Amino acid sequence: MDLIIATFIEDNIVPKFNYWIYVILMMIGLYAMITKNNLMKKLIGMGIFQTAIILFYVSIGVKDTAGIPIISHHGSEHHQGATVHSESGPSSEEVSPVKVKNNTIDKDKYANPLPHVLMLTAIVVGVSTLGLALAISQKIFKSFETLEEDEILNKLRPGSHD
Amino acid sequence: MTEHFPVLILLVPLFGALIVVLLGKERPNQCWMTSLISLGISSIISIFTVVAVLAGNKFQTIRYRMGGWPESNGYEVGIELRVDILAALVVFAVTFVGFVNTIYSKTRAEAEVQDKVSFFYALIQLLIVGLCGIVMTNDAFNLYVLIEITSLTSYALIAMGNRRAALSSFNYVIMGTIGASFYLLGVGYLYIKTGTLNIDDIRMVLGNNNLWEHQSIVVAFIFIMLGVWTKMAFFPLHGWLPNAYAYAPSMTGTFMAPLMTKVMVYVMIRVMVWLFGYEFVYSDQHVWGELVIWMSVIAIVAGSLLALARTDIKKMLTYLIVAEVGYMVGGAWLGNVTGQAGAFYHILSDAAMTFCLFIAASIIVLRVGDCRVNAFDNLFRKMPLTMIGFTVGALSMIGLPPTCGFFSKWYLISGGIEAGQWEYVCALIFSSLVNAVIFFRIFERAYFGQITEAKEDFVPSDSDANPETAIKEVPWSMLFPLFIASGSVLLVGIMNRTLFEWIQTALKMMNT
Repeated sequence: MDLIIATFIEDNIVPKFNYWIYVILMMIGLYAMITKNNLMKKLIGMGIFQTAIILFYVSIGVKDTAGIPIISHHGSEHHQGATVHSESGPSSEEVSPVKVKNNTIDKDKYANPLPHVLMLTAIVVGVSTLGLALAISQKIFKSFETLEEDEILNKLRPGSHD
Repeated sequence: MTEHFPVLILLVPLFGALIVVLLGKERPNQCWMTSLISLGISSIISIFTVVAVLAGNKFQTIRYRMGGWPESNGYEVGIELRVDILAALVVFAVTFVGFVNTIYSKTRAEAEVQDKVSFFYALIQLLIVGLCGIVMTNDAFNLYVLIEITSLTSYALIAMGNRRAALSSFNYVIMGTIGASFYLLGVGYLYIKTGTLNIDDIRMVLGNNNLWEHQSIVVAFIFIMLGVWTKMAFFPLHGWLPNAYAYAPSMTGTFMAPLMTKVMVYVMIRVMVWLFGYEFVYSDQHVWGELVIWMSVIAIVAGSLLALARTDIKKMLTYLIVAEVGYMVGGAWLGNVTGQAGAFYHILSDAAMTFCLFIAASIIVLRVGDCRVNAFDNLFRKMPLTMIGFTVGALSMIGLPPTCGFFSKWYLISGGIEAGQWEYVCALIFSSLVNAVIFFRIFERAYFGQITEAKEDFVPSDSDANPETAIKEVPWSMLFPLFIASGSVLLVGIMNRTLFEWIQTALKMMNT
């Protein structure tokens, strides 16, 4: 039994721990968004939910032994047309910054920057969603004087008109 | 010049929104004029785009590389806009509805959002930029960003209404964020597997490496579908829609109800046909084909019955939208070109008829001062022109021949018969019958309304007798958009053959 658990952990959890963490965080966020009664707690859940996805994206850009994806230019003739899709790059001892030789980049020597760039946009989207949701909950608080969902629904119940 | 059309459609309302914000709330008329002009220009450009992509029945595709990034090793590096005939038609529908709705907003915006008029016009233009971007972009991540732009502007627009609108907008924020995040997750899985975000390139990499049956791809497809379904209010996920659209300011409701869900249906068809492809989605190895058809059957039946149970006309119409989304999802999943093209044609026809019905309902509610159907006694006599518009929309919803609703149902039903999905055909016919009950209930009230009942409630001086308080027609600035909308219901219906052939040809080009 212990062996089965140990092999399961070794095969499925250790090599994929970043996925497990994002799934757990996402479920915490989803749980808070669905079950919490307080609107502010729902928003906190939303923050956790979005952050989990951001972590997922950031973690997929990571490589072992990879450095910062900044291209250093030695010699001006190389600074055009450096391509990412190279088959074989020259083996360079330096880890960072990445050197450009013969118009190719050793793709194993630098972390994939694209997921990080995407997540910059997603963070901006998340911040603006949160800001907007906070403004809306402020408006709700001004007119209902509470942020508890059940109390708000109770105030709406007597008579269909407010 | 032609190759710059896609980006011009986006840029004109974007700068229009900036100008409107700069003009500020002290100049409501100039704000209105600016957004009218910018949306007018945008819809004229989209007409030219339709003509350009048709190119005399050659069906060419305009590709526009944002920032002019050249491709490298056969892969797109930058963000690409891609307009074919399908995208051009939807973009035209979006910009045209936006333009006509701006005419309608003239009087209502000043009455309903008072000191936020400039923000209203700015947001509605940004919303149109977002919707057109969703339709035209060829980049999966860019699609996510544009979906969020659209959603953010619509949360704000809905929250401009009363306190119930704020509450329903909050629920929409929660649901919408869940939906968009699921979509984003799906794109992440695709990116892990393919290393690219361009929709055509993803398809190419998937095909070249034969990744179709890989678990990640299947999971990515399910995540993306869940996200898109949440955004389009597919039945079990529809909770946010009815309140949000019913309590929003009327000129916001008239714009968002016809377009938001329809554009998301377009995204679904695009993801199914362009991103994953026919063989993957309708493959016999997946059980989901049959399952989704049944889900759409449930959506159609439940949406119709929920609509039947409402007495509030706006709520009723919002539940009808839920049923219509069921039509389109079912049609797209039938697995044949007829069904897909029918679902696509229904995007256009549903946009026209929902627009028509929502404008008419807003006018009626404004004049009667009551949302309940029981208050609609004798409306045909009191406001005949509005009721003509309403009747056209209602007949199209029921599905009577000269209107577009008939033809879209016809194509969807023929697709269903072709695929042998009889439960879907039955659900469509059932929904038609329920719609007939719903709308003839209103017609009966409005045509043969009991004057005695009206007297029971009230008053010695009947409202008809006193011209000061009588319910009368609204100004032409509101009737004119209604007539354009009902005219387009008829026009889309009359042009059904041409439109359907265009759609079918474009889909066949993709499917083979």
